[in-house]
Amino acid sequence: MSAFITPVVLVVGIGLISGIILTLAARFMAVPVDETASIIRDALPGANCGACGYAGCDDYAAALAGDPQGVSPTLCIPGGATVAQAIGEILGVDAEADAPIVAAVMCDGRSHLTRQDMDYQGYKTCASVKQFFGGPNSCKHACIGFGDCVDACQYDAIHICDGIALVDRDNCTGCTMCSKACPQNIIDMIPATNRVFVACSSKDPARQTRDVCEVGCIACRLCEKACKFDAIHVNDNVAKIDPEKCTNCGMCVKACPRDIITLIPKQKKAQTA
Amino acid sequence: MREATMIIMAAVLGNNFVLVKFLGICPFLGVSKKLDSAMGMSIAVVFVMVMSTAATWPIQNLLLEPNGIGYMQTIVFILVIAALVQLVEIAMKKFVPALHRGLGVYLPLITTNCAVLGVCVLNIDEGYGFAQSLLNSFGAGVGFLIAMFLFAGVRGRIESNDYPESFKGIASTLIAASILSLSFMGFAGMIDGIFGM
Repeated sequence: MSAFITPVVLVVGIGLISGIILTLAARFMAVPVDETASIIRDALPGANCGACGYAGCDDYAAALAGDPQGVSPTLCIPGGATVAQAIGEILGVDAEADAPIVAAVMCDGRSHLTRQDMDYQGYKTCASVKQFFGGPNSCKHACIGFGDCVDACQYDAIHICDGIALVDRDNCTGCTMCSKACPQNIIDMIPATNRVFVACSSKDPARQTRDVCEVGCIACRLCEKACKFDAIHVNDNVAKIDPEKCTNCGMCVKACPRDIITLIPKQKKAQTA
Repeated sequence: MREATMIIMAAVLGNNFVLVKFLGICPFLGVSKKLDSAMGMSIAVVFVMVMSTAATWPIQNLLLEPNGIGYMQTIVFILVIAALVQLVEIAMKKFVPALHRGLGVYLPLITTNCAVLGVCVLNIDEGYGFAQSLLNSFGAGVGFLIAMFLFAGVRGRIESNDYPESFKGIASTLIAASILSLSFMGFAGMIDGIFGM
């Protein structure tokens, strides 16, 4: 009989003691959980993209809960105004959301418009091919087209089309993930209201650009002259639009002899570059 | 000193828990995708192994053996280790939040991991004393850490390579693990050779 009793008593005893210790520990060493943080966390999109500058949605929620006055509730770019408002309601602070932004690929070097210097056979990622003589393209500022941005995008908003990346503005949340992933640094974030941009990043002199690309910016400054709002300027051999001044009038688009300034049509919001 | 070195060396290389004894394969395959999470997991394993040995060795030798129920060790050990890890997690959250943020997510994952239970049981089987048991557990933990570290590197290189579709995912991982394991088998007998046993 004792063959049963001793083990049963001992194991039950150990279990009971552990249970009591754990219960006491949970009671006396409990750390108060910040409920505000978990409510805010539920309001956030949960993509953990890091566009807010924190390590993830949890981190941002904790920072907001810890310092409602100091941390801006409008940092969540994918969530935009809706999330900013929700957070503002939870915390009882004003949430004036920043204007929504979208990504724009500053290159229009589609495959029939540019050349390639080599037949690249290595890892098919932009970051790795960039290490190899700056990539296969003749233009070293051009979109490589292996789609590091496509992999980075969590919203299916950027695709490789005819050798270059194209942004689908309907899906783009402005999270900046593609912009960070691009080793060429040719994906810029522009206000969503801004429908005109210069689809070229080539800082090469005009002759060289003309040599490698049929559409690249040759810094002729015709757009500067055409613009009535002082919104477009040529610097470092490439034209750039100041989104604050641009009124989407399209004068520069008509003036450009290389057709490199892209106007996204109003009705059809998707980028047609 | 010589004995201590020998126990640690044997646990780290010759009797590596993951690659030679095949214990703790689950976290080895599961958490080795990224180097930083692999390291976090491994440090948590070292910590839990040493701690649970410190708890289970006295229980075996002072409680179970004198009462003649040494055969109950598996059940009792699981119970004690699980409770202990829970307790440590609660205490850590309260007193060292920084450490809890680092190890926190990994602690519950390895609560009743077979490598942790295995090291406790093997310490008893080998007839180690208390200090020797602690050394062996520490060595086993470090061995786990080394295996994770190496394998995280191997996996990183596999992922970035272009290899046949049929090997994608777990297949390539298992093949890589077996080759790594094979190389660790090469350490067998080395410890005895070095220390002239």
